[in-house]
Amino acid sequence: MIFGPTPSQTVGPFFAIGLPFDGGAHAAPGDVPGAITISGAVLDGAGEPVHDALVETWQADPWGRFVDLHGWGGRSDLEGFLGFARVATDENGNYVVVTVKPGPTPGPGGGAQAPHIDVSVFARGLLHRCVTRIYFADEEELNAADRVLGTVPEARRGTLLARPTDGGYRFDIRLQGPGETVFFDP
Amino acid sequence: MAEVTARTRSPYAPVTDTPARYAREPAGTHPALDHAPYKSTALRHPKRPLVHLPHTVTEVTGPQLRRLAGDQDNNLLVHHGGEPIGERIVVSGRVLDTEGKPLRETLVEIWQANAAGRYRHRADRWPAPLDPNFSGAGRCVTDEEGRYRFLTIKPGPYPWGNHYNAWRPAHIHFSLLGRAFAQRLVTQMYFPGDQLFPYDPIFNSVRDESARQRMICRFSIARTEPSWATAYEFDVYLRGPAATPFEGAL
Ligand SMILES: [Fe+3]
Repeated sequence: MIFGPTPSQTVGPFFAIGLPFDGGAHAAPGDVPGAITISGAVLDGAGEPVHDALVETWQADPWGRFVDLHGWGGRSDLEGFLGFARVATDENGNYVVVTVKPGPTPGPGGGAQAPHIDVSVFARGLLHRCVTRIYFADEEELNAADRVLGTVPEARRGTLLARPTDGGYRFDIRLQGPGETVFFDP
Repeated sequence: MAEVTARTRSPYAPVTDTPARYAREPAGTHPALDHAPYKSTALRHPKRPLVHLPHTVTEVTGPQLRRLAGDQDNNLLVHHGGEPIGERIVVSGRVLDTEGKPLRETLVEIWQANAAGRYRHRADRWPAPLDPNFSGAGRCVTDEEGRYRFLTIKPGPYPWGNHYNAWRPAHIHFSLLGRAFAQRLVTQMYFPGDQLFPYDPIFNSVRDESARQRMICRFSIARTEPSWATAYEFDVYLRGPAATPFEGAL
């Protein structure tokens, strides 16, 4: 490291001026086969909704390919798949992302990683992003073999599991307090 | 969904030098999430220890959002019928990694208050005038040398409710997507010599003095537009590749 990194600062309460974009909620088009929604609430330490949070998600397609600058794993042939969503929470602290369930991807030590979505949470009061991962509660076998999930204390793993609902999954993000979501040092 | 297929028409070659993993940043670079002087952190900062995240393929890749930056999106002066009030400034610089390598094709997004310190946002209610000719948002993508450039007006300082007589130093909010999920950064750019620095808990949430200085742009006579705009330079450093292949390994 020759130069010091630029420090993080809070996104503040007014990011809606600059960050949201049309179609930002769509990591994948809503009409592709297998389209799902992932929705939930962002909650603070008092259990109150965080109505001014920004949620970003990043993930592979169902075949484990990323649509990224690097062309990693080859181009996804899922029409319109971006793999990235950026959504602000509404006045009730809720967010909704339209996407497809990611497939397994190569993981550390040569094993597979269970399907997962990387998440950044930004908000007033957060001086640095909070990073978490969405795993899927109905992928028990792959989850059990996932080495990142395996490093999370067992009693807290459930906070990383999105639960099936009609048309998709629910994933709440508790910034603090009982049931606090596991956050990673990215 | 034309907007999401546009990426396939890239004039650039794909970026192929993907690091296996990114360097971990020195302690004190980023603020602690728990920073009591900034009151909004109280109920929002996680209290449980963070879990180490190895850099897998998910973290070393990142989205391509160049399409979000339209032609005139780096010029905040021209989106309305007239010119915004205030001191015209050029804000330009480079996005580099901590090894000094320019990061091309990086989406740079900014938002800011107007010259009076007022944001065009329904939640900003303090009685300073809105400027009908200023929205305060800009986007651009870095070029082959990692350069970006915005034309805007210098934002004013503004009061906020954190404590009695609290004022934010003038700043421009910056968002950088980087090349990878691991390189994502949201920060604020401050102006040199601001008298409000000692009183601002957000600026001072960065404990390391030299890291704090990296959030302050510098005046640049070379980049001024003669008889038209003054200029400030602001380079942003995103974490570079890890030094050894084993650093951060699970
Ligand atoms: Fe601000």
